[in-house]
Formats: sequence, structure tokens, C-alpha cells
Amino acid sequence: MRKLGWLVPALYIVFLLLPIYWLVSMSFKTTNEILGAFTLWPKKFTLENYQKIFTDPTWYNGYINSLIYVVINTVISVLVALPAAYAFSRYRFLGDKHLFFWLLTNRMAPAAVFALPFFQLYSAIGLFDTHIAVALAHCLFNIPLAVWILEGFMSSVPRQLDETAYLDGYGFWRFFLKIFLPTIAAGIGVAAFFCFMFSWVELLLAKTLTSVAAKPIAATMTRTASSSGYELGLLAAAGTLTIIPGAFVIYFVRNYIAKGFALGRV
Amino acid sequence: MAKISLENVKHSYLKRPRTPEDWALKKLDLEWSDGGAYALLGPSGCGKTTLLNIISGLVRPTEGKVLFDDVDLTERPTDRRHIAQVFQFPVVYDTMTVRENLAFPLRNRGLKASEIEQKVEAIAHMLDLDEMLPRRASGLTADGKQKISLGRGLVRSDVNVIMFDEPLTVIDPHLKWQLRSKLKELHQRTRRTMIYVTHDQTEALTFAEKVVVMHEGRVVQVGSPVELFERPRHTFVGHFIGSPGMNILPCEVSGGGVHFAGRRVEVENPPRGSLAGRHTELGVRPEFVLLAEQGIPVNIVKVSDAGRYRIVEARCEESRIKLLLEEGVSLPASNAAVRFDPAHTRLYADGQLLE
Amino acid sequence: MDGKTQNQMGWLFVLPVVTLVAFNAVIPLMAVVNYSVQETFGNNMFFFEGVKWFEQVLHSDRFHASLGRQLFFSGIILAIEVPLGVAIALAMPRRGPWVSVCLVLMALPLLIPWNVVGAMWNIFALPDIGMLGRLLNDLGFNYNYTQQPISAWATLIAMDVWHWTSLVVLLAYAGLSAIPDAYYQAAKIDGASPWAVFRYIQLPKMRRVLTIAVLLRFMDSFNIHTEPFVLTGGGPGNATTLLSIDLVKIALGQFDLGPAAAMSIIYFLIILLLSWVFYAVMTRGEEQ
Repeated sequence: MRKLGWLVPALYIVFLLLPIYWLVSMSFKTTNEILGAFTLWPKKFTLENYQKIFTDPTWYNGYINSLIYVVINTVISVLVALPAAYAFSRYRFLGDKHLFFWLLTNRMAPAAVFALPFFQLYSAIGLFDTHIAVALAHCLFNIPLAVWILEGFMSSVPRQLDETAYLDGYGFWRFFLKIFLPTIAAGIGVAAFFCFMFSWVELLLAKTLTSVAAKPIAATMTRTASSSGYELGLLAAAGTLTIIPGAFVIYFVRNYIAKGFALGRV
Repeated sequence: MAKISLENVKHSYLKRPRTPEDWALKKLDLEWSDGGAYALLGPSGCGKTTLLNIISGLVRPTEGKVLFDDVDLTERPTDRRHIAQVFQFPVVYDTMTVRENLAFPLRNRGLKASEIEQKVEAIAHMLDLDEMLPRRASGLTADGKQKISLGRGLVRSDVNVIMFDEPLTVIDPHLKWQLRSKLKELHQRTRRTMIYVTHDQTEALTFAEKVVVMHEGRVVQVGSPVELFERPRHTFVGHFIGSPGMNILPCEVSGGGVHFAGRRVEVENPPRGSLAGRHTELGVRPEFVLLAEQGIPVNIVKVSDAGRYRIVEARCEESRIKLLLEEGVSLPASNAAVRFDPAHTRLYADGQLLE
Repeated sequence: MDGKTQNQMGWLFVLPVVTLVAFNAVIPLMAVVNYSVQETFGNNMFFFEGVKWFEQVLHSDRFHASLGRQLFFSGIILAIEVPLGVAIALAMPRRGPWVSVCLVLMALPLLIPWNVVGAMWNIFALPDIGMLGRLLNDLGFNYNYTQQPISAWATLIAMDVWHWTSLVVLLAYAGLSAIPDAYYQAAKIDGASPWAVFRYIQLPKMRRVLTIAVLLRFMDSFNIHTEPFVLTGGGPGNATTLLSIDLVKIALGQFDLGPAAAMSIIYFLIILLLSWVFYAVMTRGEEQ
């Protein structure tokens, strides 16, 4: 019975891969084939969907836009979260516990609640339809998460490290940058990963705050679905391409995640 | 309870060991008789935990056999060897009370409730845990938790051997000796075979009747604490045991006599054959290095206070010699000299005692 | 003590974070609160109306229906995903070459943009040309999620389980990996059954991690918007109109600012309340 233990994760993975397989196989079919008959794999294998995406700016800009604001957001979130997490981990100051809790409650907020207010706010300050708008908006959820994760990692670093550095004559910033940060490198990796992940997958706010110039790929896809009458093959190809950055990122951080989970907040 | 034997046991953690360094345990044969209190003593990395795990069944030896009462159990898993183990950090079932923790191994073996009750109470009393019985195990201090771990082993009557893997590691220093004495007392009372692994010689020497000293995967000497102290068969043992350890000094053997720093020295085991080509050394404990009017001239380098006596570090040519000075004895201001008590000075060749 | 030093300079360190988050949180929320107590007739003139919108929302059947659907949805999700995630984590090997392969593959659904998840399942479950839809109909089920509420619900739940269970698996697996081997060895020596090992060692040691998993899944499932929206659009009819979808319809679709704002506040409060309840219940044993 023990020997069959591997069956459970294996079946689960097959379950996970099925819809993805379906999507990928559709991306290599023509829309006619998809709508016309049911085939398990492409009868007529075609790259035309991908060709369209790589050559049509409306499409490939979507990816570029998404990548831009995701990267901006990840960088901002992690950068500002670092000193804040350090303060939460090492210092006691007026209202610190409440502040931390308040930050976490933002993670709980329904994005829907902010859709309209964000639309009005960012329009009012002239940032509507910019990458920075989406990047900033996502900060609402990502910064609390980054602070939470980083604080956990930082708390597991003993204070002796700080004290030894000061005794050795390090100024604060030199200590922070040269000694402390490398120690929690795994934590920074985990935090950056989660920020990237959340920002990459979120649609509602990204769509609400953009129209043309900064339109993310997600919005381009939904527009296609409703207007040009279901170009399924194209949609499938677009969808498949959105999975790739994510797959890349997990592959690269897989060791960090394993280590980070063991050490950190989780 | 059983006699435990290890025959030709060798172990490597690598799939294809090539050099001697690849073997965590080099060939050894050991026998542990029923009811004894043993210690496995050695520095970190010497293979003692590996040996312990081979006995308990958590590790299968690359070569060799493990026998309990002459029955080959090498292939048998841990739960069928009837052993108990206390780990380096306390392992208790946090959600259960102390009573439930102690009862757990018995419940799993299907004993009757009344029997379980009886045994639990008896063991708890032995371990001074009576008042703690209804408390949640997670609320106890580290030493209390280790007692629970021990209790789970004592409570079973089918236990062949109880093994301790550096059990005092996380205990507060001032509680260590308390727990140590308790362990010794328990051994006297229950007469179960106990094997205690440690790198701390005080723990080993106070607990065990027989100590197995290990170094780099080999058993270096097996003997009672007194034997190890008085007659170390290996310079490593001499150096490792005792605080401060034995003085190991280079010497030459010529013309039937032993010479150190140009002077002839009397030893307890004078050489009989030729020792050409072998690395010869003198071993003498600081306790048996005496100040003398005439003797080996030394320069006093350092004096440290160790309470009732002082440790004096002296230099003679390239060698450092340690000796102990009792209270009241004073050091000469200059021209200090020492001599070695012949009855306790021994000759070693290539690290082994010459016999 | 907690080893921290008193240092009001801490505020300087958290200032960037507070600024960015407050900008995104406080200003919009203030606007929301503002709208929730005012009435407008679209000509930019606002009249204070007190709790009128709150009463309207709290008494509206539409709100009750959405809330009910939402509670039902989150309840089922938790009941399926948490045990399933834990079971999978338990079945995974603790060490070895396959572990990272498994973890990477399992993490894949978590990194797919939510609209793609919705779109993927939308097509995957289409009755005639989707793999799942075709399979189910061929097996004899009368399955059409675009027209049947029950099928729509089933598909919605299957999609969420597909999408998010891995999060529970990863968290549970991390919790399990943190358990030192000595516990398993001691349990073997004590003759414990696999069930006893789970009940007395694994489950208690996973408590912290499971709390996080339950909280995250509860909050995220209660807030869910994009995936169901792309999958069913809230339909057929109203069948799968969860709270978020309803709110966005009212706010961005109908531009009923007052009711939308009031509903937002009520929505947020419900989440806060239920999260707090979950948190209190799950951490009640942790006095340390």
C-alpha cells in the first residue's frame, strides 16, 4: 500500500496538466478545426496563431505592458518593504503592532471594492492608462505581503549579527546592504516571487486602470473573446504564452522556495 | 533484554566508497552484555551516532551483522527490535498529557488499561514526574520532556536496550548533573542495557560502567572509566580523556632506554624489541608530572587557576608540558625542573601503547 | 522580551510603505465611505443620506442572494481544498529527486493569469468542443454549464479546486518538511500506526501553516472575481453571481455609487469579521 503512495501526487499532476494540455493543443489548431470537430490533438498542426501574436502589435504589446508593470511593481514593493520589515523586526515604536495588522488587512480587501475608486483616483491624478498606475495599484496588496514575508525571514536572523557588525565599526547602511541583505537573500527571493506572481495574474484592477497604452495582455484577451467572435485558436495561443513567464520564474526559484518555506514566515 | 553483538560492521553513507575516508565506520566488532551501562564517547564526526543508528535499526550497515542474543537482526526494522531511544532534543507528543505520553507505547501494543495505569504510575514515580501526569506535555521544561522520552522507553517491558543520543544537549547546565544522576540511578534500579552516546567525557565517565572510545570511525579502546584514565591504550584516548588531557611528548628510544629532551626517562612499559622506524611518544598525565630539584629543565609559560589546584603550562624545548599544582605548593622563581612518575609514564609507538 | 529595541526612528523606515499603501487604501476608502452616505443624481451634486444605502443593501434580496451564494461557494471550497491539499502533501515523498519536479508542476496553475484560467476552463468545459464537456456528455451526463445552474456550479468549483489546491499543498508540504525525523523515528519505536502519526505528530505540527492556508483560501475565495467572471459571467442568469461580480456590476456597470459603496463597506466588514473568527478559532490553542 505504501508503494502506491506516489499515485496520489501523480494523479493530481495529471489532473492539473489536462486543461493546460488542452489549451496548448488548441493553440496549434486553426479556429475552424476547434469549432468544427473534436480532436484530441491537432489534425492540422499550425503556427498561424502564434504568428499573429508575434507580428501584431496589439497582441505582443499586451505582453510587454504586463511585464513592465509587473517588474515595476515587484521592484517597488520589495524595495520599500525591506526597510519597513527591518523596522518591524528589530524596533519597537509607537503603534507598530497596529500598523502591521492594518497592513495585513489590506491583503484581505476585495479588489472589486477598489475598482471604481481606483479608476477615479488614478484618473484624477492623470495616471490613467499608464504602467505606473497598475504597478502602484498592485502595491496595495503586494507591499503588505512582502513586508509580512520579509519580516518573518528577518526575525529568524539573530540580533547578534547586527550587534557584531556595529562593534566591528560598520555604519548602518553598510551593514544593511553588505551583511544583512545577503543573509536573507532567500527571503527576498520568496517575496519577489510572490509579488511577481500576484501582479502577473491579477486582472480586474489592471483592466480597470488601462485602456490602450498600457493595456495588459489579459485585457487584450478578454476583448478578443467578446468582440471578434471567439477566435479560439488565437486566444489559446495568447493564453499559452502567458503561462511561460510564470513557468520560468518557478523554475528559477524552485530551490529558494523549498529553502524559504522551511526557514521563513511559513 | 539481550546481549547485543556487532560483527564485522562497516558503514559508508556513499553508494560507492573508494578511499578509507569514505567509510564512516571502519571495521569493528563489539559486544554489549545484558544489563550494562555503556557510553559511546568520541568527538563529533567519529561515527558514534552512526553506530547508534545501526544498533537501533535506523541505518542498515553496508557490511556486517547486528545480533541480539545471537539472532541476526540486521534486516529487521526498528520497531521490531524492541529498542527505545532518547534523542538529542526532546521528542514528546505535544497534544497529549504526560500520562498519555507514557501510556502511548503500551496502548499501541494492546495492553489492558489497568496494566497500563500501573506501569505508568510506577515509571512516573521513578522519574519524579508524579505531579506532572495530568499536565500537557508541551508545557514541561526541556529536562522534563527528556524524562518523558525516557519514560516511554522504560514503561515497556520488552525493551532490549535503551539508547541515548546526546540527550543532555538542550538541558540547562545546572540541570544536567541532576538528570545525569537520575539516569545512573535508573540504571541501577532497572538494570536495563543502556547505551549513551556523547562527546562529553564527564557524562560518559560518570554514567558508564564501560566506555567505548571512538575516533574517525574506529573503536580505539573499550574499558571502564578507571582503565581509560589510568591506562589509555592510544594517545588519542589519553589526550581526549581527562581535563586537562594527557601530555603526549616526543621521545627517542635508544640503547634500551627512553630519552626525552636528552635525558633518560623511566617508563612503566620499557621497550623490548626494536622500535626502529616507528614514531615514539611518551604519555604522562599532568597529575603525575612533579616538580623536582633536579630533573628536566622547563620554562613556566602560564599558570591558570582551576579551583582547588592550578594548571601550570611549561615549555621544554619544543614541547609543552602541563602539570598540576595543589594549593599551597609554590613554583620556583627560576630554574624550574620536573620529573615524571615512572609508574604512570608510558611509551607509545605510532599512537599505540606498547605492551 | 522580544529582543527589539525601542526606536521611534522605526517610523522613518516604514514611511515609504505607509505612504504607498495608505495612498491606495485610505483615499479610495474615504471616497467609498463618502459615497456610501450620499446620494447623487449624476450632476455632481451630492446629498447626505445617512445610512439609507446601508439599509437598502442590507435589506435587498439581491444582496442576500449574492451573499448566500458566496458563503456557499467559500464553504465548499474550504471543505474540499484544505483536506485535499493536506492529503496530497502527505502522499508526497519527503526527499528525493522527484520532489522539486512535483512542486514545480503543482505550482504551475498558481502562476496563470486569472483570466486565462477562466478562459481555459471556459473552453475546456464547452459541451461539444471542449475536452471535459465532450467527455462528460459522451459518458452520458447531460452537461452544459452555459445553461444549467448545477453544471455551472460544478464547473466553477472544479476550476477553483484545480487552480488553488496547489497553494494548500505547497504550504502543507512546507509545514511537513519542518518536522524533524526524530519524531517519526520515535513514533516507530513507540509502535504508532500511520493514523496516530498523523493525528499526534503531523497535524499538530502543521497547525500554524494550516491556519495560514485556511485564512488565505477563505479570503481569496470570498474575494474572487475574474475567474468566475470569465468562465460564466455570473450566469446562467444569476446562478453564479458571487459577491464580487455583483458589486462590480453595480459599481462599474450601473454606476450606482451609493449602493455600491455601501455594499463595499459591508463586504469588507464581513470579510474582516469572518477572518477574525477563523483566526481566533484556529490559534486558540497557541498560548506560547
